[in-house]
Amino acid sequence: MQGETALNATALALDPPQAARAAEAGPKTAPKMATRGVKLWYGAKQALFGIDLDIKANEATALIGPSGCGKSTYLRCLNRMNDVIEGCRIEGEITLDGEDVYDRRIDVVQLRARVGMVFQKPNPFPKSIYDNVAYGPRIHGLARGKAEMDEIVEQSLKGAGLWKEVADRLHAPGTGLSGGQQQRLCIARAIAVSPEVILMDEPCSALDPIATAHVEELIDELRHDFTIVIVTHNMQQAARVSQRTAFFHLGKLIEVGETDQVFTNPRERMTQEYITGRFG
Amino acid sequence: MSLVLIVLVLAGIAYYLGHRRSLRIAGGRIADLHSLPGHYAWYAALLAAGPALALIVLWSIVSPLVLRWATIGRLPADAQALSGPRLDFLMQDVARIAQGLPARGDVTPGLAQAGAFYGSLGTASTLLLWLLVLVLAVGGIYLALRWIAPDLRARNHVERVVRYLLLAAAVISILTTAGIVFSVLFESLRFFNRVPVTDFLFGLHWSPQTALRADQVGSSGSFGAIPLFVGTLLISTIAMLVAGPIGLLSAMYLAEYASPGFRNVAKPLMEILAGIPTVVYGFFAALTVAPFLRDAGQAIGLDVASESALAAGGVMGIMIIPFVSSLSDDALTAVPAAMRDASLGLGATRAETIRQVIVPAALPGIIAGFLLAVSRAIGETMIVVMAAGLTANLTVNPLAAVTTVTVQIVTLLVGDQEFDSAKTLAAFALGLMLFVTTLILNVVALYVMRKYREKYD
Ligand SMILES: Nc1ncnc2c1ncn2[C@@H]1O[C@H](COP(=O)(O)OP(=O)(O)OP(=O)(O)O)[C@@H](O)[C@H]1O
Ligand SMILES: [Mg+2]
Repeated sequence: MQGETALNATALALDPPQAARAAEAGPKTAPKMATRGVKLWYGAKQALFGIDLDIKANEATALIGPSGCGKSTYLRCLNRMNDVIEGCRIEGEITLDGEDVYDRRIDVVQLRARVGMVFQKPNPFPKSIYDNVAYGPRIHGLARGKAEMDEIVEQSLKGAGLWKEVADRLHAPGTGLSGGQQQRLCIARAIAVSPEVILMDEPCSALDPIATAHVEELIDELRHDFTIVIVTHNMQQAARVSQRTAFFHLGKLIEVGETDQVFTNPRERMTQEYITGRFG
Repeated sequence: MSLVLIVLVLAGIAYYLGHRRSLRIAGGRIADLHSLPGHYAWYAALLAAGPALALIVLWSIVSPLVLRWATIGRLPADAQALSGPRLDFLMQDVARIAQGLPARGDVTPGLAQAGAFYGSLGTASTLLLWLLVLVLAVGGIYLALRWIAPDLRARNHVERVVRYLLLAAAVISILTTAGIVFSVLFESLRFFNRVPVTDFLFGLHWSPQTALRADQVGSSGSFGAIPLFVGTLLISTIAMLVAGPIGLLSAMYLAEYASPGFRNVAKPLMEILAGIPTVVYGFFAALTVAPFLRDAGQAIGLDVASESALAAGGVMGIMIIPFVSSLSDDALTAVPAAMRDASLGLGATRAETIRQVIVPAALPGIIAGFLLAVSRAIGETMIVVMAAGLTANLTVNPLAAVTTVTVQIVTLLVGDQEFDSAKTLAAFALGLMLFVTTLILNVVALYVMRKYREKYD
């Protein structure tokens, strides 16, 4: 399985024990992404109140919290998807491998190629399955010639666990797939540009339990090659797929820690109440 | 007319009574009724008005025919022998006599008698109609009130009637279209009896003057339509070259880049362009643009006619910008935000997103806009009359004067015409060709749309 999902040489080199060791190394290794004092306003309304959060490489970080607490907003900060929103203002520091992503010298196009995104509702382009996956590589000029593109498409679809289901109909429209397949197509599309980080905003909320299980398994595999940040409303899901969990409330980061610790022994009472379903 | 009003009033009363009756039988518990009181009310109103109105319509179609047939039987023998337009003329006089108006022809005693008969029969017919209609309407109310019961499915009955009404509306519009097409087709065939189809379709010379008198010379008329179609094509092409890019690009700007405030101001402003009467565009083209082009052409040594295809086409292009921009804008903004997010999230720029995702998804709407604009351009007359001239030049030089199919249809029919001269009938043949052209255009567009459509459901 590992070899199948691997997309590049560095990823191939990282077998599970190594990835685990990287995670265990804890504070000493530099985080993949880090945010310091991130505040965000939609017009006059403040949505984030100073978020300090490290996202570690080759881990899945789960963002949980009641509806409207700013999880999506925070997630969209990480690849600057909030840029397109009218009247959105942001303060604070967000770094990717130590580089400030809001630095003038950073090209947002390059940033989004390195920090990909999967959305809540499957949103394949109304193009063929092949063209959906090839879209990103084409834009960034990642393939020289058709053979290379074919290879990227195949590897990405395999990485998203969709290859077996669609290999014989690559040129059928992506919108013709089932919801769960569409979401895995969107994941394939995101990994086709070999990002370093993949942001997922409630990727399973439109899926049935079986499709959800598929995607969850996938996330657990993808984590070895990519860094993953996932927003979810499903506590079991957060516990199953993530290594670290961050709990948001009303635009503030209340608590962050190892998933096991957050779910079994949270430091904050509010976290405890939320995960046991007493409010939210 | 007053009868229709009376029926409508009765229907109103039926509505009221039906409403009250349904409430009474429900005894205040509306939930026990199968339908809402409003449905029972409509049920009563429809029962009162429906048959009565249908009878009125039927009567107004059939009774004149019956009247005419009966009266012709009373005419003097020599008049009965008449046929066609002459008989029509005579019958019009009979009707005028019946109404007490002076006849336009000679009034013989036989004709006066027929007039009197026509009048009395007409009065009897009207009386009978009133009686029948009132009986039907009142009877309808009576029956409705008797039939209204808690388990009467008034809702379903009313909905069925509504469905038939909708069907009737659709059928009327289809029949009207078919009627127009067939009459144009029929008249065109008459034209092609006089002028061979091949002369019309492939003739290079258009000068539709036919001799009024047999002894006139040199005016047999020639009906080669090619110059007109080339003219139409030339002007429409110029117009689309102006409207297509400007319209589509401004739609892209409005849909993807403009701030909501700017968009809210700019969009209605652009749509005003389509609301300006074409006459205004016409004299703008003829008095401002055409002289400007001529002078500008002179300055650089070009020979520009004072009435040119370029002036007409350019101004027409301005006029049809809103058709392209407004429909394209609607289509572009209808593309779900999720598509934009997906593309931007993959690191595509705005322009890449528009070109590769948004426009393909919006293609059907964009094509519809272009198509509407093209058919406006082909059908536009006034601007061309004023700014491109009437001379049927066979040329593709945009600086020369040309004429179009629609303009020639107008000039063929302006002034007193015989209704069966080749010149008049030529208008129908041109109309038919226009119709066929737009039909082909539509079919092609449909095909293109199917082929390239990217559905985003
Ligand atoms: N485009 C926007 N314009 C204005 N306000 C916004 C916008 N997007 C989000 N908000 C507001 O910001 C706050 C945080 O929203 P956000 O979508 O981040 O919440 P969330 O935690 O993702 O909620 P959910 O779990 O329901 O998805 C909310 O109060 C929301 O109303
Ligand atoms: Mg959200």
